[in-house]
Amino acid sequence: MTDTSILDQDRDAGFGDYVALLKPRVMSLVVFTAFVGLLVAPGGINPFVGLCAILFIAVGGGASGALNMWWDADIDAKMRRTQGRPIPTGRVRPEEALGLGVALTGFSVVMLFLATNWVAGGLLAFTIFFYVVIYTMWLKRWTPQNIVIGGAAGAFPPMIGWAAVTGDITIESILMFALTFAWTPPHFWSLALFVKSDYAKADVPMLTVTHGRRATRNHILAYTIVLAGVALGLGLTSIGGPAYMAVAAVLNLWFIKGAISIWRRTDADSDADSHLVERKFFKFSLFYLFIHFGMLLVEHSLAPYGLGGW
Amino acid sequence: MDKIRATHELHQRRLSRNVGLGIVLVLFIGIVYGLTIAKVGTDPNDELGAEWAAGQERAAK
Repeated sequence: MTDTSILDQDRDAGFGDYVALLKPRVMSLVVFTAFVGLLVAPGGINPFVGLCAILFIAVGGGASGALNMWWDADIDAKMRRTQGRPIPTGRVRPEEALGLGVALTGFSVVMLFLATNWVAGGLLAFTIFFYVVIYTMWLKRWTPQNIVIGGAAGAFPPMIGWAAVTGDITIESILMFALTFAWTPPHFWSLALFVKSDYAKADVPMLTVTHGRRATRNHILAYTIVLAGVALGLGLTSIGGPAYMAVAAVLNLWFIKGAISIWRRTDADSDADSHLVERKFFKFSLFYLFIHFGMLLVEHSLAPYGLGGW
Repeated sequence: MDKIRATHELHQRRLSRNVGLGIVLVLFIGIVYGLTIAKVGTDPNDELGAEWAAGQERAAK
């Protein structure tokens, strides 16, 4: 770094760099699942308040993204996927990310509490704490089960959306949480099987590296079976229904079938067709989660015609 | 002595940040205003909301 770097125009942070700190791509999953949780909750909510609640949940998610980038700036600089982030490139100083993260955390939690209730506000605060302290600071660099823990943080939004309307935590919202929670490991680990990552360079333990690819295949199958139980269980609650159940049955059979093929393969098979099965499984996993939450919406919108639900 | 410039080069560089922050603040005002209307308008304990609550009750029957 030279003395003039501070005046270097190209490296000055623009508004977009601060937006990038909030991980806008992760936010799309947060917004969608929070939206479903909020909409299917019984009782209903003023549409404007609902919209604001989703916005505050998204901002809270963004705040945890900024805090994650502040803490992980050292490892982000070592990995190709994350080298272009605002802190490693020097456009934003780590203290700025910390400040933005803390400010937006306070803002989003207080605003969600004021707009809805303390259960929703408290859940959002807990989510941010969980993602930043439990996952980012503590477990990410320590255990290869880090994906499972990180997935829990990503699974809270539908529960927060539900609580924004009902002020409550119920079996429905817990199962919506469990759906994303159990989905994350097979989703992420199938990706880890075919993408060459440099987590090892950053000393982040990844299951494929610490326990090998064989163990990863076993884990994918185990979590996929748990996931099927959760997905079908959700269908039996008050927000499920025959349409959800029918679609879920097909999707879960298909997902388990994919997990079994992954489990049966050796790395030699996998290399031979350049990880075709793993790639397909990963692609399908995106569709899988989207359709499950989508079907909850379908059940909800059928209800006024006497068709949704049980 | 240097000429006084209308805008320092810094202002140019930080234009996107300043405009962005301005938009965010204006949106925030809109949100607080909207939330006030929405919440006051649906609180059965005040005049505006009592009407709304009565309407909800009628719709439920």
